[in-house]
Amino acid sequence: MRSMSEQAMHGLPQNIIEASDIQKSFKELQVLKGVSLTVTRGEVVAIIGPSGSGKSTFLRCLNRLETITRGQIVIEGEMLASTDAAGHCHYPSEKTCRQICARMGMVFQQFNLFPHRTVLGNLIEAPLTVSKMPRAAAIERARQLLAKVGLSDKADNYPSQLSGGQKQRVAIARALAMAPDIILFDEPTSALDPELTGEVLLTMRELAAEHLTMLVVTHEMSFAREVASRVIFMDQGEIVEQGPPEALFGAPQQPRTRAFLSNYLKALN
Amino acid sequence: MQYYLDVFWQILPGAWLTLQIFLITLVLSIPLGLACALLRLSRWQALAGATSTYIWLMRGTPLILQLLFIYYALPNIPYIGVRLDDYSSAILAFALNYAAYFAEIFRAGIQSIDRGQYEGARVLGMSYPQTMRRIILPQMIKRVLPPVSNETITLVKDTSIVYVLTMTELLRSARIIVQRDSTTSPFIVAAAFYLVMTLLLTWLFRWLEKRYAVYE
Repeated sequence: MRSMSEQAMHGLPQNIIEASDIQKSFKELQVLKGVSLTVTRGEVVAIIGPSGSGKSTFLRCLNRLETITRGQIVIEGEMLASTDAAGHCHYPSEKTCRQICARMGMVFQQFNLFPHRTVLGNLIEAPLTVSKMPRAAAIERARQLLAKVGLSDKADNYPSQLSGGQKQRVAIARALAMAPDIILFDEPTSALDPELTGEVLLTMRELAAEHLTMLVVTHEMSFAREVASRVIFMDQGEIVEQGPPEALFGAPQQPRTRAFLSNYLKALN
Repeated sequence: MQYYLDVFWQILPGAWLTLQIFLITLVLSIPLGLACALLRLSRWQALAGATSTYIWLMRGTPLILQLLFIYYALPNIPYIGVRLDDYSSAILAFALNYAAYFAEIFRAGIQSIDRGQYEGARVLGMSYPQTMRRIILPQMIKRVLPPVSNETITLVKDTSIVYVLTMTELLRSARIIVQRDSTTSPFIVAAAFYLVMTLLLTWLFRWLEKRYAVYE
């Protein structure tokens, strides 16, 4: 409710994502044990943690790729998921969910480009079918975005003709084509060969410099350290520690954070 | 040689009937099959179950039996019974039967598409129908071309069973001449007709596969 009054006062809501006490179980297994996170406009939040810590699942809950078992998700002042007193979780209609989630873009580990469409076709698909943008305008915008990610010369290529790094940059441009207020990144460099991660991270740095709000699940510690405004360490389905990167990497408070970061910090020294 | 040419002209009307049954069946059974595939994948269990039963019935009984049923038994069924002529009966039986086979091909094709494609479309705000029409089905078509080509070629030859309704299609018209002239040569002409039709289909599907090979 707080977010509603804020919206009234400032016009655009400052809080893009307000997730509280998110719980998620797959059958018996509880993957998220009450995760709360608020992301405000302009923030770059990095979520780090060991495999199986639930960080990807948490990200996927935020845009309803997974439904939560309990908790509340508010996107820019609009209720995506809520839990009643009896503990039952509710979502609005499919269409409303889609409209709420449309403000969030997402970039996947496996790119999920449409193989039967050219690069340009991938970028204009949603503007044409979802936003009903005129074709010429959609193409013009797509070309601007391709220039931005440095792939103007690949507009007419099919995804199969691109390297992994190029595919991921197309995926980022495709997400940007819908002009989202935030982009969720689900381990965007984990499927890439080491020599290809750099170009994707560079693109993401440029977006951060333009104050695009980003929530990034990543294994790239140096990216989290240098680009994020806030770093969150998750382990075993909960947030263990969070703070500005200098604090989290410089002086981690929790033993679990220290243990996780020790490998990375050792390699650095 | 002149004899073969004479036979050719005498068989031609039968070949035309075969071609008609073939084309109309395709035009009806492919969309019907696609609809069945989507229904089978529906979240509504009752719809999915009913479609499964339909597919089981159609694939589980001989096409000849279905043909005879529609022509001879359907008129006697209370309320829904209608009397169809031989031509309509044949078209109906073939369309219903082939739709079941196409449905299974399409279902397998749809299910072979990576889940990431649905998610990629979903996070862009696309609805399920939009995702199906623009993302999933176009990719499905490419994957099902080989089995659809198989099924289509089988259909060319299956059309000959309409002889049980004494319809004079290609093979039956050849056999009539065989009996009249006491020579098996007309069968060779009939075989040539079938082979030409299959060859054209083979070329058509080869061209389609090449066209869809632009990506991947």
